[in-house]
Amino acid sequence: MDLELSPEERQKLQELKSELQSFKRERGQLIPILQWIQERLSFLPSQALESVAEYLQIAYAEVFGVATFYNQFRFHPPGRNPIRVCLGTACHVKGADIILENFERKLGIREGETTPDREFSIERVACVGCCALAPVTLMGETVHGYMAPSKVEGLITRVAIEKEVRERERKKGAHV
Amino acid sequence: MSENRITIFVDGKALKAREGEPLLKACLAGGIFIPNLCYMEGIDPLPVSCRLCFVAVEGRAQPVPSCSIPVREGLVVHTDTPEVRRLQRQGLRLLLSTHHVECARCPANRHCALQDMTRFLKVGLKPKTVYLKAPPVRSEHPFLDYHVNRCVLCGRCVEICKARQDRPELTFIKRGFDTTLGFFPGGASNPQDLKTYRACVEACPVGALVLKDSNKNP
Repeated sequence: MDLELSPEERQKLQELKSELQSFKRERGQLIPILQWIQERLSFLPSQALESVAEYLQIAYAEVFGVATFYNQFRFHPPGRNPIRVCLGTACHVKGADIILENFERKLGIREGETTPDREFSIERVACVGCCALAPVTLMGETVHGYMAPSKVEGLITRVAIEKEVRERERKKGAHV
Repeated sequence: MSENRITIFVDGKALKAREGEPLLKACLAGGIFIPNLCYMEGIDPLPVSCRLCFVAVEGRAQPVPSCSIPVREGLVVHTDTPEVRRLQRQGLRLLLSTHHVECARCPANRHCALQDMTRFLKVGLKPKTVYLKAPPVRSEHPFLDYHVNRCVLCGRCVEICKARQDRPELTFIKRGFDTTLGFFPGGASNPQDLKTYRACVEACPVGALVLKDSNKNP
């Protein structure tokens, strides 16, 4: 289920392993270490959890149990276009769960996961502060208000088209 | 724990017990049944997680879980007050609200702790609304299949692994309603492990952990 790590991430992971030495070898350091890794990598790959278990001399099961308990830890890298579906009160009333389900079905991933090409990730958030536009979805930094199931596909297609346009221009530039 | 033999009074019956042992153990030994799921001898600290073994102890305002009460001389206990039964029934109903009842196909049928307790507490086995988790069966474990919607999260198997493995391989993951058992291989596979997991399967009060077919015979 784990996504393939990019060469960059693999290198960072190696660096992190050697820097682990700066933490005391105590069970109590587990959460600070996990937070520190997430700060650097923006998520916790299973390889990182293994190194932490190794370093602290505790069971991998324990590390994973702790990490999954807290909502702050994520196990999938954010996509290039992170989709945040608001499930605050106003959006909830306006059927945000339907929007979330639409994204999940369209992209074939669950909330909290990332597509294999790392293009999209889906997250649920509580209130983004523009309840008048409910239901609201953020894609990257852009707010999309009055979301409807019919808009979901449009948003995803738009990203695909923009990507294609950029690629064509790049090719054109290369020719000239 | 001292070896002093003492007397406690449970439902008007005098029971001999060893000072300091859990009240639940003393009652069960004395032939008085108290519903329980998570209690196992030798776990320290006790999980006290199933919330079924409530009793009323004189001198305490509210019912208390009997597995966490050490007995002392002259303790007076009632196991069948309306308040105790109400708590137990409520606890059992909550457990059943996430339990997929398919007794006919479950290996624990007829020796299932949940069945016994529904009979004892007179709670219907099939609640009106049931919340199930998906997927219902996880089989990533080399020896075990884990039936998520049968599990009562008592933690017995987790405790057994903790006691027998240097690096316990079973744990609870996630939290709240999403809590399930998780399995993580901890280094070199140990020939002892199959034995440990057999013990886990035996300790499971319901049929949530099942040995894979290939491991059924030693």
